[in-house]
Amino acid sequence: MSDGSAPRVVIVDDHDLFRAGVRTSLGPLVEVVAESSDVDSAVRAIEELVPDVVLLDVHMPGGGGVEVIRRVADGRPEVRFLALSVSDAAEDVIALIRAGARGYVTKTISGPELADAVCRVHAGDAVFSPRLAGFVLDAFAGEIPAAQVDPELDLLTPREREVLQHIARGYMYKEIAAQLGISAKTVEAHVSAVLRKLQLSSRHELSRWASHRRLVEE
Amino acid sequence: MSHSANPPRGGLRIAIGIGLLVVSGLLFVRAAGPWPGDAIVWPAAVAVLGALLIWRAPAVTPRRRRGWAAHRPSEPSPPRQPSVRMRAFGRPEVSRGGLGVALVLAGGFAFLWASGATRPAGEALLAALAVLIAVALIFAPSWRRLARSLAAERNERIRSQERADVGAHLHDSVLQTLALIQRSAEDPKQVAALARRQERELRGWLAGGDSREPGHTLAGALEAAAAEVEAAVGGSVEVVAVGDCPLDERGGAVVAAAREAMLNAAKFAGEVPVSVYAELSPERVQVYVRDRGAGFDPAAIPPQRRGVRESIIGRMRRVGGRATVRSLPGGGTEVEIAIAHGGSAVSGEES
Repeated sequence: MSDGSAPRVVIVDDHDLFRAGVRTSLGPLVEVVAESSDVDSAVRAIEELVPDVVLLDVHMPGGGGVEVIRRVADGRPEVRFLALSVSDAAEDVIALIRAGARGYVTKTISGPELADAVCRVHAGDAVFSPRLAGFVLDAFAGEIPAAQVDPELDLLTPREREVLQHIARGYMYKEIAAQLGISAKTVEAHVSAVLRKLQLSSRHELSRWASHRRLVEE
Repeated sequence: MSHSANPPRGGLRIAIGIGLLVVSGLLFVRAAGPWPGDAIVWPAAVAVLGALLIWRAPAVTPRRRRGWAAHRPSEPSPPRQPSVRMRAFGRPEVSRGGLGVALVLAGGFAFLWASGATRPAGEALLAALAVLIAVALIFAPSWRRLARSLAAERNERIRSQERADVGAHLHDSVLQTLALIQRSAEDPKQVAALARRQERELRGWLAGGDSREPGHTLAGALEAAAAEVEAAVGGSVEVVAVGDCPLDERGGAVVAAAREAMLNAAKFAGEVPVSVYAELSPERVQVYVRDRGAGFDPAAIPPQRRGVRESIIGRMRRVGGRATVRSLPGGGTEVEIAIAHGGSAVSGEES
């Protein structure tokens, strides 16, 4: 997918200061072609400029990141989305991943790390922060005992679980590959498979997880 | 809600007691003294009781909202509040007032009927009834409007009370921190630490502070330990927890060992973030504390250095768990802490 040039990026966030900060911290590896502060202008900019990667805030006036993906993704499969948020709520983040985002990073991420994440999403990889890995493990296993899960739901394979656990422990793909004795490409394949399962597994199951989780937390 | 329902119920009980006393007094007077006649006294007594009920109907008192922290702000609380409140003050008041009106009317009718005045007074009574109904019809809308505006005003008051609460909290926490940050702008480390601590505090407040309060669950205690380490040493300690379980004695040991590991990582690894990952279930607990810092050779620790050996490994062994330290000079450090809630140490490297 990657043609070697710097990925063209649209930043979608309703905080001006934050957009400016991201823009300067991304550095020369990434070309920022537009900034948007709400859903409508983001959709227009993406349709018009067809960027490689969209950096997407979870919460925004007019529907948030999920709405942007919903309105753009069908017509533009080549545009990739990376969620960038201060949100700690698993439901919000999982919803954005399920809508089609290729990864999630928190806003406290450093500039070089963010640029690296953008490049990886641009190259077709999934970007899982430790926190996202924790959310996903929660979604697939932690909160719903295996016996209650519908048999048709795609469960994580032991290997995929292992990879996610290592990500949650703070290991990078290369280090996970070395630890598990597999190649970095295989690690990426596992993460992409998890992402696919998350996006395809039945809506019903995930909503049950979400409501269960809310029940537990209250 | 139960506490709000209590006063009227208690009041009703007292009213019944007083009523019984009055009845017995009247019976005594009837038997012993001068008596105007059954047809006057009993209806009058009923009517007086009804009037008392109406007049003594509780004034609508503003009820202070339950603690703000009891509600998660993400919940749609404003739409839920009014209905609760309407029920709280609306029901007892209306039923008491209605009962009073019914009693007064019943007393009046009983008097008229007993004194044989119903027949000649029939038409006048009908006319009076018609006027009453007409008045009720005319004033019902404005009465309802009044009730509604009262409710709206109450909502507004509660909302402004909430705003004041939020404002007070933000003032005590966020504004203070921002002021501190401005004053220490030339010290980036201090600024980062301040921002980090404030972020943690605000997140805890937004989350309602119920689910992950230290002292209740293991995940909460780990978060708290991370916050303490950040405050004490600086740097950032990120906790990712999957699942949760109640905090018991062994859980306490796990937290203490993990805290020691975090402290070591934050102190000795250099300026790197520390990742804490915890898999918590009622059956077993696994905590990983990892930094990608300088690393060290665990075999080269002199025996008199007791930090790792006693506070982490020894502590876990004493409660039937285990702790493993993996580190390479230059390759970062990971401390793995594990315990099975059955009591035996978790054996084997992989799940």
